[in-house]
Amino acid sequence: MALSNVLHAPAAGFNFDHAARNAELEGLFDAQIPKPVKTGTTIAGVVFKDGVVLGADTRATSSEVVADKMCAKIHYIAPNIYCCGAGTAADTEKTTELLSSNLTIFSLNSGRNPRVVMAVNILQEMLYRYHGQIGASLILGGVDCAGNHLYTVGPYGSVNTMPYLAMGSGDLAALGILEDGYKPDLELDKAKELVRAAIHAGVMNDLASGNNIDICVLTREGVHHIRPYQVSQYKDKRKTKYKYGAGTTAVLTEKVVPVKLEVVEETVQRMDTA
Amino acid sequence: KMAAATMSPYFGQQMSSKNDLVPAWTSQEVSTGTTIMALEYDGGVVIGADSRTTTGAYIANRVTDKLTPIHDRIFCCRSGSAADTQAIADVVTYQLGFHSIELDEPPLVETAANLFRASCYRYREELTAGILVAGWDRRKGGQVYCVPIGGMLVRQPVSVGGSGSSYIYGFMDSNYKPNMTKDQCLELTAAAVSLAMERDGSSGGVVRLASISKDGVERRVILGNQLPKYSTH
Repeated sequence: MALSNVLHAPAAGFNFDHAARNAELEGLFDAQIPKPVKTGTTIAGVVFKDGVVLGADTRATSSEVVADKMCAKIHYIAPNIYCCGAGTAADTEKTTELLSSNLTIFSLNSGRNPRVVMAVNILQEMLYRYHGQIGASLILGGVDCAGNHLYTVGPYGSVNTMPYLAMGSGDLAALGILEDGYKPDLELDKAKELVRAAIHAGVMNDLASGNNIDICVLTREGVHHIRPYQVSQYKDKRKTKYKYGAGTTAVLTEKVVPVKLEVVEETVQRMDTA
Repeated sequence: KMAAATMSPYFGQQMSSKNDLVPAWTSQEVSTGTTIMALEYDGGVVIGADSRTTTGAYIANRVTDKLTPIHDRIFCCRSGSAADTQAIADVVTYQLGFHSIELDEPPLVETAANLFRASCYRYREELTAGILVAGWDRRKGGQVYCVPIGGMLVRQPVSVGGSGSSYIYGFMDSNYKPNMTKDQCLELTAAAVSLAMERDGSSGGVVRLASISKDGVERRVILGNQLPKYSTH
């Protein structure tokens, strides 16, 4: 069946092509199976009067080490749709990239911006097909002709829609703030403050969330991706510079050899522009 | 399926063995826990469900809608894995819609139930889905079909499902009478689901009700503070 948003339609059913290969690889690594980088994470979203506000922290952890202090967890999907990702960093990054390219194909084919439900359905189909093996918990927010939308898609492919959502390891802390502070039809600054406070609660109370806070505001008029919206108060100043200026390494000799190119054969092919 | 006698202790938030910083429930599959119910009356069906979706001990959604429309006069009540039941419902909605367009008439509830059974039985090893299919059609009126885990199909005048159903079998058996009116059915469903929510940890939130007849679908929600109260002490 030809789909308007992909070059090749995905095969139906579960795909276990790599199951045998993975089983073999596990044997080779002994006990040291490489750990995937998890984003730990606090992500949240709120629907307000004129659109949707998404928020995320910026810490990516590799067990107990912070792998990335300024990780971008709010991903671009379409001009009117952005997606926060929690779970395995590579999975959220690649899944959202794949979704974004397929929706670009759709936009080129149909001449319109995609609807948020379309993005949600595509994600749901893909994550369900992989049976939870893709560790991506996503919060999708966007504005389209049908209104302002906020959805969450779990790694097994379950979808929920609510006016306010939080995901990731810090979601309990964030949800406490959201449950207390959410009201329908909030104004923009109240909504931004609510999301900021929710992410901040995650940053403060969850070890795997931290560093800065990013915010993304989506409205009919456009998108405002503020990165960072709030900088961590615990940011330290670097004591030395790690950049080496020109002249650090002494040049002993310099030899310039021009590469001479000979024209061996020249052909001209007329283009038929009749 | 819950054995009423399990008393395994749960020591609060458990950290996952793979990663100290990430709690265990972030990697657990989302389950609808659930209490669902459907009954036939003369002229239609009444269906009801709680609204709790859990991942382990965390409530992922406290206002879930487990009553999913499959066609104009056919609904399904979902229990088991949220992802599996959403996927199956989407597939059946497509198949039934296509079938109805081909036939150029509203589909039969029995057809919808058989489509659910076909998917649930074929993929029985991979799926965890307990579904109640309920609706109204011109041929047989209001019908309730039960498609439990494993892919069996049986028509029943009244059926309950989900983890909370264990607690209300007695209530159903003693309070359901044939030839009840629609309002009696709605009251009975609300009462039964409330009782199950009281006892089952995986059920809770609000009670969602719907009644389906030849005139269409009427939906309502009973919020937490409006639920019928039963106190034992």
